[in-house]
Amino acid sequence: MFTYTLRRLLLAIPTLLFIALAIFLLLELSPGDPMADMPLTIPPEVREQMRIALGLGEAWYVRFYKWLYMFSVVEPSHVLANMTGIESLAVEGQRIISFQTRSPVADIIAQRLPQTLWVVGLSYIFGILIAVPLGVYSAYRQYSWVDQLGAFVSMVGFSLPTFFTGPLLMLIFSIWLGWFPIIYDTTLVVDSFHNFGLQMRQMAMPVFVLTLYNAAQINRFMRAAMLDNFTQDYVRTARAKGMSEKVVVLVHVLRNSMIPVITVIALGIPTIFTGAIITEQIFRVNGLGQLLIIAIYASDFPMVLTLSMVFAILIVGFNLIADILYAVMDPRIRYD
Amino acid sequence: MKTKFALFGAATALALMPMTAAAERGESGHLNIIYWQAPSILNPYLSGGTKDVESSNIVLEPLARYNEVGEMVPWLAESIPTVENGGVSEDLTAITWVLQEGLLWSDGTPVTASDVAFTAQYCMDPEGGCAQLRVFNGVESVEVVDDRTVTVHFDAPTPVPYGPFVSMVSPIIQAAQFAECTGARAPECTEANFYPIGTGPFTVVDFRPNDVIQFEANENYRDPMLPHFQTLTFKGGGDAASAGRAVMETGEMDYAWNLQLAPDVIAEMAQGGAGVPISAFGTLVERIEINMTDPSPDLPPETRSTRAAPHPFFSDIRVRQALSMAIDRELLVEIGYGAAGQVTCNLVPAPLAFASDANESCRMQDLDGARALLDAAGWTVGGDGIRVNADGRRLTIDYQTSTNAVRQDFQALIQQWWREIGVEANLRNINASVFFGGDPGSPDTFQKFYADVEMYANLFPGTDPQQYLGAYRCGLEPNPDSQWQGENINRFCDPAYDALYAELTQTASLSERARIARELNDILIQNYIVVPLVHRGRVDARANSLGGVLLNTWDSGLWNIADWHRTM
Repeated sequence: MFTYTLRRLLLAIPTLLFIALAIFLLLELSPGDPMADMPLTIPPEVREQMRIALGLGEAWYVRFYKWLYMFSVVEPSHVLANMTGIESLAVEGQRIISFQTRSPVADIIAQRLPQTLWVVGLSYIFGILIAVPLGVYSAYRQYSWVDQLGAFVSMVGFSLPTFFTGPLLMLIFSIWLGWFPIIYDTTLVVDSFHNFGLQMRQMAMPVFVLTLYNAAQINRFMRAAMLDNFTQDYVRTARAKGMSEKVVVLVHVLRNSMIPVITVIALGIPTIFTGAIITEQIFRVNGLGQLLIIAIYASDFPMVLTLSMVFAILIVGFNLIADILYAVMDPRIRYD
Repeated sequence: MKTKFALFGAATALALMPMTAAAERGESGHLNIIYWQAPSILNPYLSGGTKDVESSNIVLEPLARYNEVGEMVPWLAESIPTVENGGVSEDLTAITWVLQEGLLWSDGTPVTASDVAFTAQYCMDPEGGCAQLRVFNGVESVEVVDDRTVTVHFDAPTPVPYGPFVSMVSPIIQAAQFAECTGARAPECTEANFYPIGTGPFTVVDFRPNDVIQFEANENYRDPMLPHFQTLTFKGGGDAASAGRAVMETGEMDYAWNLQLAPDVIAEMAQGGAGVPISAFGTLVERIEINMTDPSPDLPPETRSTRAAPHPFFSDIRVRQALSMAIDRELLVEIGYGAAGQVTCNLVPAPLAFASDANESCRMQDLDGARALLDAAGWTVGGDGIRVNADGRRLTIDYQTSTNAVRQDFQALIQQWWREIGVEANLRNINASVFFGGDPGSPDTFQKFYADVEMYANLFPGTDPQQYLGAYRCGLEPNPDSQWQGENINRFCDPAYDALYAELTQTASLSERARIARELNDILIQNYIVVPLVHRGRVDARANSLGGVLLNTWDSGLWNIADWHRTM
């Protein structure tokens, strides 16, 4: 198991390097210009000077090498220095600078991570908490009204995009009913029950939209896995032994059904970090997804590249974790 | 009923205004502003984006500004220097500004002439990549005369010396704060770029890039009674529609910027009763630019869309004129902009003195006239309703613009009108960041102009159109040798125009300048090089309880934020 993990980790390095190069080249080849947002009143020669000041005057391989060095050495050292509080850990040298803000990319990511974890993370947890019991019951009482309702909710969650449900909820709950604010106040500090209430209110709509979406996916997986197992011989054996239905469903079937579902959940965790781009943009939650989309619009290459790379690392990492969890959950699977 | 109530509320607000205006600093409490584009940086010299420039102007201020009617008013300076009062030298090569007495930065240190000189040095540094370099064009040196006096020397007579340190694009920054941030080090000064020390009514407390800024009243602001608000939250991001809703329907926000929405959407929001839309007009004109060169893909890249290959049929003025005559501009305004637009037949629609009145005939759509012109030009209607000429060439044009709902509506309408006069238009829309991006490698930029006509909006900052009209001179057209950079998008070239422009650059008298500018405008319009469509205004929204707002399109919309106050 250990050698397997080690081998996978080593294999991840060339994979990530390749991903980095691919993203870099995609950005390089894609049309778009960081100066595009500037008013037309700024003359072309001034734009050219601004481009050079941003470092765009150098050849692409020089810029790629510089970025790679900063991403793998300078930035991690600064993150480490910030976390431990030991300033001397930070490596001297230029950091990855965002074109839009002219400030280090890592600082902005650190500033925005908590919002995404709160809103998107919470909706993921809620999604699991709703989807798993619903999936279990739907499978146990197949074609009951609960199952039909679950199927309907999943259908809605799957087929209605968040850019539709988001504004719809805003219209109903903010404009007609006036329960929740439209504008997400990111400066709110939760230091009293009153502010906690405010935080709950402003998080309600984005969390609900995302919960619906997450629950829809996990619920279907859970139900399918349960149904597969209910027809297995060991279930009949358990019932024949005189086990109560509770034990049969919640101990025998559920445990076996969780194996694929846990993999799905683990693989979905990186999407918490990538944020929900559209939902964050609609509700003005200043998370990573919104950061990414604004950076893409502004052709802020260092920001897009760094964020995409962080996401790539998370995805590769959680793939590995999912594989290992698989072996932990299911004793029949051994990688060595 | 709701509208009536809103109107009543607005009337009451007006009646109460003089009473509250006499109160003291901070008495209005907290102000919430929303810009649906979020500021990324609070240094206008490193970003030309409107969102960044306007938000930084809450803190940083210039020597003089334009007010809501486009007149220059002294801001940090004592008065506006002119030739008459001796502030501008007789030979028009120097302008001397005198700072107001007793000005303080928000950190309590005095503002001196060396801060002004430093600002010029900061922007003019060749390695800094200053976005506002244009306003320092022709500046030879900035001389500190004494603590409050500074003289800008130009390398040639400059009839309009009000570029440097005037209006929102050129505010004064503190020398002490930015001393280590010049040239290549400019982007490294995150602290200074996010928390500039200024003279404005507010200071930055917390800046979160692309999200939100918190301000509080500047303790050292020059007027002890102002600003009325103690704290200010400047939220950014989202979309224009929900920003408008937050002001006019739910009342969460007090002021929303630039609501680029369909007129009926804004009208519906205004029914919400919490706020009202306000609009004002600057110099922004939505126009169709006509390509005077051949964009045909059959040409080699060295000559395609360059002056080497004149346009096959736009070289005939009658074709260009027919395209303009076929357009119903009233309907375009009604559908696309409502209160935020008005018909214009000019490239320079404002200020009033500069706006020509010689082109008003474009206001009426004239399909028959357009057809007659095309007939006379030798284009006869073919079997499918599209005209062909004697050589069998079809009158087909490529019509490109950026991706934007209103622009696509315009394209569809104009395509229909052109079809009615027998002209076929192939529509294309291109993502704005590509279209305006200026990437010489992309075939889709507006500079490269690989189309027969293209539509976008442009404006000139401030009140003088010299620079703007100068773009249409010979030799300034984008071409492969200039890496497709250049301002003469139409590839128009007329020596008479250039000569008249040269005269403009030598003229100081305002009325003479206005006359020449009108003539230049008329040359471009009457030759149908530019086909103006809509004079676009800016629509903001303010809460009913917010007083003192004077929407300004000549300068920052937040130019007089110190005077904003609560009326109820």
